[in-house]
Amino acid sequence: MRDAARAAGMFLLLSTGASLALALVYILGGQPQLEGTFLAISLGSIGAALILWGKRILEGPDDVEPREAPSPHGEVEAAEEAVEDGGEQIARRRFLIRLLGAAGGALGVALVFPIRSLGPSPGNTLYTTPWKKGARLVTGDGTPLRPTELETASIVTVFPENAIGSADAQAVLVRVDPVNLALPGARDGWAPEGNLCYSKVCTHAGCPVGLYVETEHALRCPCHQSTFNVYTGAEPVSGPAVRPLPQLPLEVDAEGYLVAGGGFSGPVGPSFWNMP
Amino acid sequence: MIVRNVVEGLDERLHAASFAKRSLRKVFPDHWAFMLGEIAMYCFLILVLTGTFLTFFYVASAEETTYVGPYAPLHGQQVSVAYNSVLRISFEVRAGLVMRQIHHWAALVFVGAIMLHAIRVFFTGAFRKPRDINWLIGVSLMLLGTAAGFTGYSLPDDLLSGTGLRIAYSAVLSIPFVGPWIAYLIFGGEFPTHEMLSRLFVFHVFLLPALIAGALSAHLALVWHQKHTQFRGPNRTEDNVVGSSLWPRYTLKSLGLFFVIAGVLAMLGGLFQINPVWFYGPFDPTVPTSPAQPDWYVGWLEGALRLAPSFEPQLGSWRLPEPFVPGVVVPGIFFTILALWPWIERRITGDRELHNLLERPRDNPLRSGVGVAGVTFIGLLTLAGSNDLLAYLFQVSVEGMNAVMRILLFVAPVVNGLVAYTLCREMKNRDFHKFSHPERVALHRTAEGGFVTVSVEPGSRDAFSHEADRADHGEDGAEDQERGAEHQAAGHDGHADAEHQWPG
Repeated sequence: MRDAARAAGMFLLLSTGASLALALVYILGGQPQLEGTFLAISLGSIGAALILWGKRILEGPDDVEPREAPSPHGEVEAAEEAVEDGGEQIARRRFLIRLLGAAGGALGVALVFPIRSLGPSPGNTLYTTPWKKGARLVTGDGTPLRPTELETASIVTVFPENAIGSADAQAVLVRVDPVNLALPGARDGWAPEGNLCYSKVCTHAGCPVGLYVETEHALRCPCHQSTFNVYTGAEPVSGPAVRPLPQLPLEVDAEGYLVAGGGFSGPVGPSFWNMP
Repeated sequence: MIVRNVVEGLDERLHAASFAKRSLRKVFPDHWAFMLGEIAMYCFLILVLTGTFLTFFYVASAEETTYVGPYAPLHGQQVSVAYNSVLRISFEVRAGLVMRQIHHWAALVFVGAIMLHAIRVFFTGAFRKPRDINWLIGVSLMLLGTAAGFTGYSLPDDLLSGTGLRIAYSAVLSIPFVGPWIAYLIFGGEFPTHEMLSRLFVFHVFLLPALIAGALSAHLALVWHQKHTQFRGPNRTEDNVVGSSLWPRYTLKSLGLFFVIAGVLAMLGGLFQINPVWFYGPFDPTVPTSPAQPDWYVGWLEGALRLAPSFEPQLGSWRLPEPFVPGVVVPGIFFTILALWPWIERRITGDRELHNLLERPRDNPLRSGVGVAGVTFIGLLTLAGSNDLLAYLFQVSVEGMNAVMRILLFVAPVVNGLVAYTLCREMKNRDFHKFSHPERVALHRTAEGGFVTVSVEPGSRDAFSHEADRADHGEDGAEDQERGAEHQAAGHDGHADAEHQWPG
């Protein structure tokens, strides 16, 4: 017990010293590791001293306390009676109860309306992106691209020229050897010189699909590993995604730059219940 | 004299004397496992303290600004005002980095302590009547704690947190019929929006802490009112509480625990880097990040999203979006079963009694089996949240890893649950056998100084009880005698011996 008291005393002295050191470190401009260490020593030592005090210095037999007995006979019945008694007094006015219900319900409905202010109606925003026919494909710094500019098997993130950085317009431009292409029907001519453009928003949970696996000629999402075959119109080949990445039809404009031939082949991003 | 004045003064005004007397003598049972909930509570206190400090510097704004602070690699970059303020806290505010890192570590420990506490309460049956209401409050606290953690780590607006938010948005969007509306109302429009940081901020520093503080107060009030459960032991019955009284022993020990936790968190915050947002860079919805793992306690939701099969049933023009089942239904079912477990178990066992004494896991094999199965399920999903890292570790493809994990997810909980069930039942039977047919031997010392063992019939316990008890203690019988003498001298005879005997 005396040893415990001595040890607790040492801990408290140690804590005092560490706190002073902490203050000094702070005055001298601060240093994260030292701040953490001294704070840990001053707090931890107080803790050690208090636990020694509670467990070793204050020795003694266990304390015992009785638990409360259940409510005496009659109490429960009396409580029930009180509830029912009050209830009966109110129940006499049926008419008022009904009106109160109507007023409460109406108030509840009215109070729901401010929630409507929290956000706009989804409307058709989930179906549209800033891509339009004729919009030039530009990189993040605004450079337009020619169809021969990209080396085969390399990718670059592109935006429509009027919406650089747009989260739902972001797209991946990937160039492949056109002989390998097996795009779904009606997409002939969507890939001039083997340039394919797909939405970069994963159709699973919306992460940017930014990895290109050259050996599998596939775009892969780093979040949940959905993998899309670029030859076949970004059909998912593995991972949780169900829908292919929407494709952007490409054309070359008069000045020889890549432009969109229209909007994406479908709504971009993760599925929602009435997505076509 | 001062004490007297204060107590008298308080009693005159509040009639507090009898309440104070009872409260100060209130007894709390001692067991290491009872500290888990306390650890969570103290983490919350530390979170509020460090969080308040951080609030003075954090700015919840998505406005763009140019970084001009001391961290050279980001010089001249366009970043959000929020991200900028977190960098300022980390590099310019004195003691800011330590406070931020303590706050993050405390959050990780907070949710961990809540989960361990829930596991303890589950396996010991502490949730049984009359504490089933408090179990519900506890499950709510687990949800609130997880939500507070998630909104917190989304605030720095770094690449990792933004990606996490993106996934959460997609999970909300996947809800049938109302998903797009709910997502737009929560986020203020199509992700990413200007409003989302300020909304998360309100959730993180006001709504969720207020709800946690309220639920925590109710949780503690019920523990106080109903008195804490205790394990079986000598002199411990359904009708009493044996342990340390609030004043002074429990107060000293509990305060000590607070300071030790604060010390450990300060050490973690000072020496172990956590969430270095300056490495991740500012959030940009067009930049991928890999490998990306969320904070550990949402890892199981991430794992569910990674393991779920590519399946989206369609009915006419309607579809059930793929993330809905793993992201909403699975956690929904899990938390519903968790919350309702006290009533489910009551339905199974038909036990409607009040319980103040705890069970050991072996005392209730069915519950322990279910518990082990549940922990295995969540543990596997958490592992699956790092399937890319695991695949790299084992040098297999992510798809191969997923195939194995999917099988394990259904097989392992069943196998582990059955093993736990069987082990518990065997141990329970053996205990029962030991009590109903105690194997007893008597040790006799012969005149020559040797020993002989004489087996004792269970029925004839009385005649040999003294010797038999000695024999149970085996070779430390002599030591026991010495200790017994010591204890008698210290004025609390019998207690240590009795504890030593338990449970036989």
